[in-house]
Amino acid sequence: MADSNEHSATEPQEPQARISRRVRALLEPLVSGSGPLLGLIVLGTVLAVLAPNFLTVGNLFNVLQQITVLAVLALGGTAVIITKGIDLSVGSVLGLGGVVAGYVFATAGLPMGVAIVAGIAVGALAGLVNGLLITYGRLPPFVATLAMLSVARGLALVLTGGQPITGYPSWFRWIATFRLFGVVPVSVLFVAGLFVLGTMYLRYRPTGRALYAIGGNEEVARLSGINVRRAKLKVYTTAGALAAVGGLFLTARLNSAQPTAGTTLELDVIAAVVIGGASLNGGSGRLTGTLVGALIIGVIRNGLNLLGVSSFWQQIVIGTVIAGAVMTDTLRKPAEG
Amino acid sequence: MTDTPPLFTAKGLRKAFPGVVALDGVDLEVHAGQAVGLLGENGAGKSTLVKILSGVHQPDEGEMTFEGESYAPRSAAVALDAGIGMVHQETNLLPGLSVMENIAIGRMPLKRGLIDYGALRNHARSHLARVGLEDLDPASPVALLSVGARQKVEIAKALALESRLLVLDEPTAALSREDSEILFELIDDLKAEGVGFIYISHRLFEIPRVADSVVVLRDGARVAGWPRGDVPTEEIIQAMVGREVDQKFPAPPDTVGEELLRIEGLTRHGVFEDVSLSLCRGEILGIAGLVGAGRTELVRALVGADPLGAGTIHVDGRTVRIGSPEEAARAGIAMVPEDRKEQGLALDQPVRDNATYPMLDHMAERGFVRPSALNRLTEQLADRVELRGHPMQLAATLSGGNQQKVVIAKWLPREPDIVIFDEPTRGVDVGAKQAIYRIINELVEEGKGVIVISSELPEVLGLAHRVAVLSRGRLTGVLPRSEATEQAVMQLAVEG
Repeated sequence: MADSNEHSATEPQEPQARISRRVRALLEPLVSGSGPLLGLIVLGTVLAVLAPNFLTVGNLFNVLQQITVLAVLALGGTAVIITKGIDLSVGSVLGLGGVVAGYVFATAGLPMGVAIVAGIAVGALAGLVNGLLITYGRLPPFVATLAMLSVARGLALVLTGGQPITGYPSWFRWIATFRLFGVVPVSVLFVAGLFVLGTMYLRYRPTGRALYAIGGNEEVARLSGINVRRAKLKVYTTAGALAAVGGLFLTARLNSAQPTAGTTLELDVIAAVVIGGASLNGGSGRLTGTLVGALIIGVIRNGLNLLGVSSFWQQIVIGTVIAGAVMTDTLRKPAEG
Repeated sequence: MTDTPPLFTAKGLRKAFPGVVALDGVDLEVHAGQAVGLLGENGAGKSTLVKILSGVHQPDEGEMTFEGESYAPRSAAVALDAGIGMVHQETNLLPGLSVMENIAIGRMPLKRGLIDYGALRNHARSHLARVGLEDLDPASPVALLSVGARQKVEIAKALALESRLLVLDEPTAALSREDSEILFELIDDLKAEGVGFIYISHRLFEIPRVADSVVVLRDGARVAGWPRGDVPTEEIIQAMVGREVDQKFPAPPDTVGEELLRIEGLTRHGVFEDVSLSLCRGEILGIAGLVGAGRTELVRALVGADPLGAGTIHVDGRTVRIGSPEEAARAGIAMVPEDRKEQGLALDQPVRDNATYPMLDHMAERGFVRPSALNRLTEQLADRVELRGHPMQLAATLSGGNQQKVVIAKWLPREPDIVIFDEPTRGVDVGAKQAIYRIINELVEEGKGVIVISSELPEVLGLAHRVAVLSRGRLTGVLPRSEATEQAVMQLAVEG
């Protein structure tokens, strides 16, 4: 109970102290969360030395394009994990969103614009159901989204009879294929835009900031007058909608909506968020970190491909990186008990 | 009063914790087949004494004997093995396991390395019979039992360890009158078998029924003792509160105005019943009562933190419906909760964020909150509550007093008309206490209404214009400041 005010406050308001505080505040976001970024740089440097064609503009944009789907899903996953939740259903919802859009366009014969809206709406609906099960049904997020993982995948298979739906208008495929100035994939720009919006949301919107309160201590958030249920419904709905967006990207890239698309992708999503520095205990996480986490996964896959390492070994490497990345974070904190 | 040597003795027990002497030379004697009523206000040293008995703490000074031999348990397991059992107010049973598994936990009978369920069942059945639960299926899960039955299972568990001395800590706090009487009969039976008891209760009216002698602790010292159980309640209370109320409380400002809050027939079944109260502008209303009387539960329901069974709430003459803390805040009611670490603060988040949660929606300009605005607000609030700490410091790293100031400060910019403080000074240092009292007085000077709950009776009496007393979920009286003595309040608080 001793008063521990050593490094306390009532600091003299000298201009110098203020300025240094300012500088610290500016640098803080860059320095904290530097673990994953440093890891990415080291990884990139090693690969640049080992694989001569790694560090080319074309290849780097390939990496970016390969992680667009993962990044879109991890955007929602970050928000979910900040609230101390988990969403295991996003891989299945990705598949469902893709085939719903394919069904509406190819089978029902409606315009592609309508199909896109329908796909995203179904994804949002799946997320909303997750949210309702968690808030009003009082299911743990793990259980609710595990159930949705199964249901959404089943719906995707039922809807298509297990067959892919192919053949889309060229403007739709353009989303995945067009490269600005011949190099910058338009899908990468789109995802970058989403991340900027997401970052603004988490930092500057009251409901975005409230997610950290909920993950920090849900009871405290509730007693502070934050509408926890509404916030959670929004988060899971958004995660579902973003999963469907990922499904549309994948459909555009393959020119085919596969009912099995995105299987086990939810695990990559959690890996990217966790490598990026978010804690599964809730209350922390940044989209910049998650982006770096997704990049690390993408760079490892790409680099190992370039080096001719089999995809079987890639899984071992990625697993090791997940454990190592999170340990660098947890081991820095003092041990408990 | 008896010639036989005592079952248990303690002499000169002393235990100090950093900053406080919890026990200061306490003597205690328990005879086989008798019960000692151990009494005292919250913080008098009862739990420390019990923890020393049960091996959780070791005394700094003093000696104990049990069954004539020197007794100095180094751990709880040693105490259990020696034959001293504990039954707590909240039972320590594992709700997911069966009754028989709970009774034998840690010492399951084995046959060829596997649990021998037949022996387990018989073992449990014989001990359940001793506590009057011969009809209970030993395989039924504890989760399905009533609170009274759990209490008895807990006693059976202690008896299974061949306990000759049982410590019962507020065993009736959650029991109905009928269940309490059944427990007392069980105690009588076990006394006849030679079991000794230390019986701790705030329900003084139970003492003549249960106890054969009475010991009162105050501020860590034994201040009174009687070699009989039927001690008049007034004498016990006198001994319990004995100290003079020191003048560390600022006199409440003379600010009481018109009625601000009126609650009628507030009920949460099984927790509190039919509570009606009013609060005026500029008034501090104290709510007193023993632990478990329903004080916290009442105010939690009032701010929508828990569901309300029945009753109406009127603010400024308008009936309001409050279903969540969010709605309470909109109706102008804020609460500083009882447990700041679990309910008041997100400990791993910065002070700045903790101090501004209730304001997030109100600080948005065109939908966006500027972190710099949050910083500014935090600095203003820090000035107002004399908070020492950096806005970006994690709440966990603040001292108890400063943490509490953050929990209070976060509501101030919402300008609530009614502020409820539940145990506002628990575990905070003297300086922070004074700051918190000052904030409370400032609020009423601004014409707001304040409700203060505290287990420290002098605090409630020192702060409040009026004191409402709860006992077992019912309002047993409302005393004006002039009549609210410790004696009078305690009398109402122990009323059944």
